[in-house]
Amino acid sequence: MRNKLIYFIFLTIAFTSMIQSCQNETSINFKRYYVNGKRLYENNCQNCHGSDGKGLGTLYPPLTDSSYLNLNRNKLACIIRNGQTGTVRVNNIAYDGIMPGNQTLADIDIAQVIVYITNSFGNKQGFYDSEFAKNDLVKCK
Amino acid sequence: MKKVVLVALASLIFQSCINTSEKKLPILGEREPVEKTVAGKLLIDTIYQTVPAFSYFNQDSIPVTNKDFDNKIYVTDFFFTSCNTICPIMHRNMLNVYTKFKGNPKVKFLSHTIDIKYDLPSKLKSYASKLGIEGNQWEFVHGSRDSIFGIAAKSYLVSAFEDSTDPQGLVHQGWFILVDTKKQLRGAYDGTKEDQVNQLMKDMELLLKEEFGNEK
Ligand code: HEC
Repeated sequence: MRNKLIYFIFLTIAFTSMIQSCQNETSINFKRYYVNGKRLYENNCQNCHGSDGKGLGTLYPPLTDSSYLNLNRNKLACIIRNGQTGTVRVNNIAYDGIMPGNQTLADIDIAQVIVYITNSFGNKQGFYDSEFAKNDLVKCK
Repeated sequence: MKKVVLVALASLIFQSCINTSEKKLPILGEREPVEKTVAGKLLIDTIYQTVPAFSYFNQDSIPVTNKDFDNKIYVTDFFFTSCNTICPIMHRNMLNVYTKFKGNPKVKFLSHTIDIKYDLPSKLKSYASKLGIEGNQWEFVHGSRDSIFGIAAKSYLVSAFEDSTDPQGLVHQGWFILVDTKKQLRGAYDGTKEDQVNQLMKDMELLLKEEFGNEK
């Protein structure tokens, strides 16, 4: 009985460490980006967009519209750095507010926030690294 | 032994029952004792600080005065529509409180803008609609600089001022102040903290019971 238990524990440990070492670099990076992105989101975005990403009335749009985020994936970095004004349609509702820019966030911070918002609140869009952010940021209007 | 524990437990439960039914919210602010003579006897009475008369314009450009709050309890705060730091959090929380007491004729909400220059009633109207507020249970008001900053500091004990070193030029605290039907201050809650806002909702129920009993 005891031997069996030890054998079982040994197997589990061996198995999990095998899985862990199989994890490729991207998914480790993904996790790092996601965790840092969450913290950046809490400090810079959550007051307006909410801890659940649902926004607030039609004052602040939600971040739950996967198709909006997907269609505008290459513009998110610019929206975050420079802010946005004018009318924007999210979940088929018009929002006409002012989002302030975040000039102090570095490229990698912006990439981390993007990984967080595009993989939370019901979104699942995978990884986006700081090289992507750099490329997208060059094209800001 | 077991019996002793049981008795102790039972009395504890009993006491906690009594405590909740008798619990009253404190009265905040300044107070002064006054002497008065009732039926030939000298008595000491305490006079508590109250909110003085006020007159503002609300989101519909209609005058709103202290009379509109007579015989009601209300929650009040200070904000401005373009504030992008604590105001969204405060009003997300206030919206929860409003939703809970929506339609209750004994409860009102009063948000003062401290951006005297830009937050004219039309601005307040658009803000209120975007927040999803119709009607006048929740008043968003505009007043003169002196009347707003004065009442904030003196009557509601909330610090709010213009500050050229602040990126937005305006600084204010995020308190929600609970006021009773006698215009006395009965509670102060950090409007950016969910647990304190939950406490506010509980305290409002308690105050409603104190003020109106079980009348509906
Ligand atoms: C002061 C409030 C505020 C803050 C803080 C804020 N936003 Fe926004 N955000 C807005 C408003 C308002 C809009 C809509 C702007 C418009 O009408 O064009 C918006 C739009 C957006 C959009 C596009 C529309 C949508 O809902 O998908 C994204 C993405 C976004 N914000 C992400 C962020 C991120 C990430 C942060 C933090 C780095 C952030 N925002 C911080 C207010 C804010």
